[in-house]
Amino acid sequence: MPSSVPRHWRENIKRYRLLGTKCASCGTIHYPRRTVCPSCKARELEEYQFKGSGKIYSYTIIRSPPEGYEFCKPYAAALIELEEGEIVTAQLTDCNFDDLEIGMPVESVIRRMFAYGESGIIVYGYKFRPILPRM
Amino acid sequence: MQDVAIVGVGCTPVGEPWDKSLREIAVDSTWNALDDAGTDEVDGLIVGNMSSGNFIDQESLGSLIADYGGLGNISAFKVEGACGSAGAAFKAGVMAVASGYHDVVCVTGVEKMTDVVGNSATKILANACDREYEAIHGVTFVGLNAMIMKRYMHDHKVTREQISTFPVNSHKNGVKNPNAMFRREISLDTVLNSPMVADPLTVMDCAPICDGAASVILTTRERAREFTDTPVIIKGCSVKVDTIGVHDRATVTSMAATKAAAKDAFAQAKMEPKDIQTAELHDAFSIMGVIGLEDLGFVPAGKGAKFAADGEIAIGGKLPCCTMGGLKARGHPVGATGVYQIVELAKNIRGDGVIDVENGIAQNIGGTGSTVSVAILGRDD
Repeated sequence: MPSSVPRHWRENIKRYRLLGTKCASCGTIHYPRRTVCPSCKARELEEYQFKGSGKIYSYTIIRSPPEGYEFCKPYAAALIELEEGEIVTAQLTDCNFDDLEIGMPVESVIRRMFAYGESGIIVYGYKFRPILPRM
Repeated sequence: MQDVAIVGVGCTPVGEPWDKSLREIAVDSTWNALDDAGTDEVDGLIVGNMSSGNFIDQESLGSLIADYGGLGNISAFKVEGACGSAGAAFKAGVMAVASGYHDVVCVTGVEKMTDVVGNSATKILANACDREYEAIHGVTFVGLNAMIMKRYMHDHKVTREQISTFPVNSHKNGVKNPNAMFRREISLDTVLNSPMVADPLTVMDCAPICDGAASVILTTRERAREFTDTPVIIKGCSVKVDTIGVHDRATVTSMAATKAAAKDAFAQAKMEPKDIQTAELHDAFSIMGVIGLEDLGFVPAGKGAKFAADGEIAIGGKLPCCTMGGLKARGHPVGATGVYQIVELAKNIRGDGVIDVENGIAQNIGGTGSTVSVAILGRDD
């Protein structure tokens, strides 16, 4: 099923940069971004930039992928607990399945997520990988 | 508000009926229930269905089923809550009768999943979670439940072996159900050694993709005896929601929506978990059955797997669960499942089921716990 460009365009910046929201009233941070704070129902929210590092809260290996994701099977997916405390769902990349464990430190990277066929749009977004040694 | 009773039940065999379309199984099941109630007239039809638009390119199921069922110009529409659609439709039916808006209502849950090929069904099922922030990452519905299970095992120090006794129990019970998709027993070794779908869930931890339809006829308790000598009373019925994404919950190893719906339903019924004699749990994945036992208040958090492994969920145990095969062996035609559960529970209560009980509870989950319905049924005493 082809997709319009705006459907993905409107999410791009948030997906590329892990841009969430922060409630101006109670200070709760959210990712994904919201327009109403689920903690206090306030509707004044500011943009909030997440740092992009965290640790594995839980994970799995997807061996039976949905339509459109067959090209990268099997792949690891995880719930990542960000440094700021929020949890996000994402794929894990550049990793050895046998090394994965709950609590493992990871960092976000931009990767190709999937494409709408050979001539459709390519959707990019965040995946997480084990933190590389810093020079 | 009036008390509501079930006066007729019906369903089609769950499976992969190549020769039957959605409208045919829905009409078969609706008329099974009408025949059971001894009537050919309802003034409302509520359809539970998750995704006919994606599975068979057909919406407007209220009209379709009323039309092909020969029900005339009645009130008819569809209610959706992913895999919890039928539980939500059941509540809509109960509200319609309790409020006095309708006298006799049919609730039909239906799903035709096997008309799509390849990995399409996996993609459609992932519509039950957050498409933009979960499914878009290629995380399947099984994958989300696998992550819930992984974290549960980590937090509660529970093994796969203990959790995977759930499908063994469901398959054992499915043998006696002529409408079950799988009517053979399986061993724990079979579950553990089957191919992985999403670690640690194997294919035998997961409910099958299948077709089916189930129906109940509802009327007021006052009028129930016009239709049957064995009405089953709705003692409590509640639907609650939680965040659409698993990642937005305070904990992933328990479902706040189940807890809230159970609290509501138990209060309506003026009952407690210890009063309940049987449970139809939403065991779409082994871990969901375990967490269901805990969230409904039958065992403390972290103790569900042991309760199951000790045989307490078997027929003859403290709390027989999934007595006609559950989602795993009876099958899980997603938008129909909640009504199958009510049909099976009602049969057990009115005396033509597989166990003899006075009451029971049914829990139907949509998404990963995003929409949960809980119903408590009992005899008319």
